[in-house]
Amino acid sequence: MLSPKRLVLQIFNYALFMALVWYFSFAPPYIRLGADEAMITLSISHAGELVADCRQLSPEELAKLPPNMRLATSCDRERSPVDLEISLDGDSVFRTTAEPPGLYKDQGVDIYHSIKVPTGTKQMLVKMNDNIRVKGPTFTHEQEITLEPAQLLTIQFSTSTGQFVVK
Amino acid sequence: MNSVNPIKRGYLYLEAWFNYSFGPEWNPLYHLGTLTFFFFWIVLVSGIYLFIFFDTSLGGAYASVEYLTHEQWYLGGVMRSLHRYASDAAIMTILLHMFREFALDRYRGFRWYSWVTGVPTLWFVITLGITGYWLVWDELGLYIAVLSSLLMDALPIVSGSMASNFLEGQLTDRFFTLMGFLHLLGQPVLLVFVLWIHVKRLSHVEISAPRGLAIGSFLALLALSLASPAVSHAPADLRKVPAELNLDWFYLNIYPLLDTLTAGQTWMITIGITFFLMLMPWLPRKKTGEAAKVHLDECNGCGQCAVDCPFDAIRVQARTDNARWEFEVAVDDGLCAACGICVGSCHSSNPFRRSNKSLETGIDMPQFPIDEVRTRTGEALAELQGDNTVLVIGCEHALNVEQFKTQNVAVLNLICTGMMPPTLVEYALKQGADGVFVTGCRKGDCYYRYGNVWMDKRFEGLRKPVLRERADRSRIRVYRAAETDQKKLLKELADFQRHLADTSPEKTGANRA
Ligand code: HEM
Ligand code: SF4
Ligand code: SF4
Repeated sequence: MLSPKRLVLQIFNYALFMALVWYFSFAPPYIRLGADEAMITLSISHAGELVADCRQLSPEELAKLPPNMRLATSCDRERSPVDLEISLDGDSVFRTTAEPPGLYKDQGVDIYHSIKVPTGTKQMLVKMNDNIRVKGPTFTHEQEITLEPAQLLTIQFSTSTGQFVVK
Repeated sequence: MNSVNPIKRGYLYLEAWFNYSFGPEWNPLYHLGTLTFFFFWIVLVSGIYLFIFFDTSLGGAYASVEYLTHEQWYLGGVMRSLHRYASDAAIMTILLHMFREFALDRYRGFRWYSWVTGVPTLWFVITLGITGYWLVWDELGLYIAVLSSLLMDALPIVSGSMASNFLEGQLTDRFFTLMGFLHLLGQPVLLVFVLWIHVKRLSHVEISAPRGLAIGSFLALLALSLASPAVSHAPADLRKVPAELNLDWFYLNIYPLLDTLTAGQTWMITIGITFFLMLMPWLPRKKTGEAAKVHLDECNGCGQCAVDCPFDAIRVQARTDNARWEFEVAVDDGLCAACGICVGSCHSSNPFRRSNKSLETGIDMPQFPIDEVRTRTGEALAELQGDNTVLVIGCEHALNVEQFKTQNVAVLNLICTGMMPPTLVEYALKQGADGVFVTGCRKGDCYYRYGNVWMDKRFEGLRKPVLRERADRSRIRVYRAAETDQKKLLKELADFQRHLADTSPEKTGANRA
């Protein structure tokens, strides 16, 4: 049977094993944000404008098409990429250009991104361009924000109202 | 013999330490697979208990876990802690299991299958842990949900952003219900299935840990659960990003990578590691010897070899020749590890047979046939001079016995000591050796899984073919030794020779066979 020496050795081994199990089950702690940091999460689901307008086909062009395909207007499906930039007190903190997915680049883009930012009160400017035929932003949003430590500020965009929603 | 690589050497010392503390029967390193199963059992039983009180809705989950942890600390709290710590302990034993197979070079050659199927098994266990932490729906659960979604979003299979579901105002029960289903039913069922695949090519697979080890591990887990009960973080709050999280590094180690890498890069790393692990058996590959061959002339279809084969490579089938026996055996070359254990199982391997002709047996190893084993035994014994002569029989996977060769010590190296028909020992004694000293892999740890186990049973008369009663046990010694045990083996051998001297016929006046 179990000798006293082995008993002691086994208790020692079990203790060592369980100490490792215990420790790595919660430590070392993972620091996600500094004490004076907050996070801004941007989540935008939006389809860019079409790259080109629909146009009327000329009689010559129509004649080249098979008879059952002769529609007077032709619409390109390709959409513009979506440019997005966030700045705080005039400094750009995030900038991206999202290409529309899909074989014909005809689908909406999903942008999801989180950035760590220092806490405090700042002037936030969000600019978005969803139309390559327009120079400069097509949508902007400016707002003073006050970020508390560990706060999560979300920026979303409502396509129906054309407004950014900051919460 | 200092050619043992440092990883193996380190492992062998660790193993020796556990043998010293637990003895070979309870050595945890010999039972890492069964210990993992044992931890799974604890996880299962405690999980069923938690499930009874768990509220699977997004709104109620956190409170139900808090209730279990604090209001029911005497049972629910302990169950929760056992559930968590046994899951963590399982990762420890799985990693040790992997390390062991690697250190002992038991992952290449015929073992590629076990290794390759082991890798996804590990991933299944880890994802099971991830969904478990998700279900607590505390700050950590939310963190896992968001980052897992980011990972999912990087895959081309889901369209739209899954991560945006975890913003305020968007949250629905959808994913939570899915996680509940996965963790409580889907993943466990899948895990059982992949585990079955993992051990499918082996025979005599043990799934219960030795009782002493099971009791010890359970008590240790219980002590830890009482000393430091598992607790939750603060409840999930969609408006907040917790600055500090107590990650369970056994399961959640991948998420912090997303701080510096994109989801796509994190996938690349994970997939890269997986591929690398899965390719390891071929980096470089190891050749398995030629498969065992059946010689129907010497086989009566007794089936002993099929029962003994540790790799399930032999099947018993109806006779295909016109012999008077009902059955015969056939070897599946793809499964055969070329261990030779079946040669030791066959009664036809008896070296006293066909003494003037070549020795043929029912099943034989092309690279080292039993006839050659007999010839080499004879040659080795013929060279012996002096008193207290000993034939040392070893194997290719433990301490190399060649180094012990002296004037009065002859050596014979077999593929595995399980390859030795017990009659070979009698044969050596009859041919003039004063003693036979058998070594090979440490007890509890045969390179071919069951070679030394079957050999011991045959010697004890518990398994066919048995070492006969009339073999003089005082002239036979079994002492197992790994590559790092040469000093111990030399000491034991010297002791055996002294013992032979003390009991020699000259001294006792008796007459030796
Ligand atoms: C859930 C985790 C796992 C469990 C419960 C498990 C269990 C087992 C068991 C019971 C055996 C048979 C041992 C025997 O009877 O000799 C075994 C063998 C083996 N396992 Fe695992 N295993 C797991 C994961 C892994 C992983 C992650 C790897 C490596 C990537 C791995 C590689 C092997 C190898 C190479 C063998 C050797 C088979 C042989 O001796 O021929 N296993 N495992
Ligand atoms: S050599 Fe080993 S693996 Fe092959 S058939 Fe014989 S016992 Fe089975
Ligand atoms: S042990 Fe020998 S006789 Fe028996 S089935 Fe196997 S090969 Fe045939």
